[in-house]
Amino acid sequence: MSETTAAKRSDRPPAAERVLGDALRRRIEQFYPRYPTRRAVVLPALHAINEELGYVPLAAVAELAEMLGLTPAQVQDTLSFYGFFRQDRPVGRLRIMVCRSISCSACGGEELLDHLCRRLGIRPGETTPDGRFTVEFAECLGLCDRAPALLAGEEVHGPLNREMLDQLIDRWMQTLPAEPAGRTKAAVSPDTKSTAAAGDTK
Amino acid sequence: MAKQSYQPVLLANVGKPESHTLRAYEAGGGYRGLRQVLREKSPQDVVALVKASLLRGRGGAGFPTGLKWSFLPEDHPGPIYLCVNADESEPGTFVNRVQMEHDPHQVLEGIIISAYATRASTAYIYLRYEYPLCLRRMQTAIDEAREKGYLGKNILGSGWSLEVYIHRGAGAYVCGEETGLIESIEGKRAWPRIKPPFPAVEGLFRKPTVVNNVETLACVKHIVDRGLEWFKSIGVPPAPDNPRDPGSYGPKLFGISGHVNRPGCYERPLGISARELIEQCGGGVRQGRKLKAVVPGGLSTGVMTADEIDTPMDFSGPLKVGCLGLGTGCLIVLDETYSMVDFLYNSCRFFAHESCGQCTPCREGTHWSVAMLERIRAGRGRLKDLELLLEIGDTIGIIPGTTICGLADGAAWPIKTAIRKFRGEFEDYIKRTNPGGYQTVHPVAWFEGNGSAGAGSAAVKH
Repeated sequence: MSETTAAKRSDRPPAAERVLGDALRRRIEQFYPRYPTRRAVVLPALHAINEELGYVPLAAVAELAEMLGLTPAQVQDTLSFYGFFRQDRPVGRLRIMVCRSISCSACGGEELLDHLCRRLGIRPGETTPDGRFTVEFAECLGLCDRAPALLAGEEVHGPLNREMLDQLIDRWMQTLPAEPAGRTKAAVSPDTKSTAAAGDTK
Repeated sequence: MAKQSYQPVLLANVGKPESHTLRAYEAGGGYRGLRQVLREKSPQDVVALVKASLLRGRGGAGFPTGLKWSFLPEDHPGPIYLCVNADESEPGTFVNRVQMEHDPHQVLEGIIISAYATRASTAYIYLRYEYPLCLRRMQTAIDEAREKGYLGKNILGSGWSLEVYIHRGAGAYVCGEETGLIESIEGKRAWPRIKPPFPAVEGLFRKPTVVNNVETLACVKHIVDRGLEWFKSIGVPPAPDNPRDPGSYGPKLFGISGHVNRPGCYERPLGISARELIEQCGGGVRQGRKLKAVVPGGLSTGVMTADEIDTPMDFSGPLKVGCLGLGTGCLIVLDETYSMVDFLYNSCRFFAHESCGQCTPCREGTHWSVAMLERIRAGRGRLKDLELLLEIGDTIGIIPGTTICGLADGAAWPIKTAIRKFRGEFEDYIKRTNPGGYQTVHPVAWFEGNGSAGAGSAAVKH
């Protein structure tokens, strides 16, 4: 018994091998003064981890729980409620959400989702093997005035038809060159900020 | 034509250059109301003003805002919290996004004035994840306002302090329910709470809390700026025969989407008819097609038929044609080419996906309704299914008294209104796609009579 415990203890990674690096920990600590309880920091912290790593692996859940003085189960409980956080592997460098709710669906949103999946060779919820794209369906993105619409990273596109979607995909293919797997940083598409800011007024 | 000359107030800045910056907002008279309030009015004065205005919450339920504020305990040592509901996730609804993207300071000034009125020391803006531009614009607005002394410690020398933080959601519709939102800020799964106690008594972190929608708070800013007379000169007065009706005063943002020529966000007085909105603002049904159905205020409110679109869009109008209410005031227009079976399937799929799973009638009801509609769409529908769907629709929700929050009512109303108002279309669909089996009304008949031939035996083979 004591041997296994000792082995476990020595298995615990040293600070350098932790999933949550020092910078990320400091970023999470900045949320502390905003809330009267540590537990309220869970959601902002999960967002920070997700932005940094592209997903929230179980090791990160345990480390976050330790930081906040919670049990891992408490953090996992919250995390699993929201469909947003991935745990098995990072999402693609461009996370594309295609709206399938009523306004978009009535204007052809589900056909767009289908077409996008066919072009990328994946099903909704999956990531391309090269780690570039993750495609998901979304429930109402609040872009009904631009239906059918999608959200790619922070970029909004709509109203779209199949040809426009094809052009978008071609552009993404060029701007997001394939990279070897094992990247750590989950980035939104590189040109998001400028285009989203410039293209928000329709 | 008089309606077209309506001068927008909530959307007055939208479309102006740099409308999201503090400079542009102040140039248009922004934060003048806040200065005046802090100089001349006590928090009680502001509560009394908003109460007298009969402003009703714009998020869906239409609860009188001043009344909600007056439920806060008077001598509470604090802290008191203000939660801003910016989790706009109701299908068809996008007006808060337009406000936050184009005029974040208007929203923020409304938040600051309302926090002053409710004596809140911290305000959390619960912003849905899917609005990244709103996040940037609101955060910039908060930073700019803090620099100018509109936020932070000792605001404008008044001795009163306020912090405003943005709390990002993670894609869950139920977080728009006020106690679900509170649970989510607390870092838990967003399971709505059983009420009472109401948030005004015991809310966020077990302290008195007010939860208000973005548009409601923007209205507060204008009531303070322009006064009671202005606000009550717009909209619909209380029904004389109903002493409990607070009326529908003020401007409202209407979103129009779906099969119209000009989808978008429009500001009009409450009480305008759905027809005027669709024809004057939305530019009519696309490609000159015939109108089939209109969702009056976000998917939850159910549907109106083309014959019902003269319904006034005020807080009681849609109720009169069997809808859940005004909801968010965001219309979804469906033309003659769209199948109501598809509509209902889409609706049920949404609510099944978003049901938090806490209450059995909602968790099971929403999922079974999707299962039945999938079966109907797969050509195996039976007329009996429509009765089963209606049974679900009539029994889940707060109104029948079987669930904790109103999500199930939102799921129920599209079922009830779509099937009752478009029954012929559902029956035709079932008969057309399942010509042999649509009459089978006893799907479990083989439990009776040991499987011997009988009335239901034909059904067994399906």
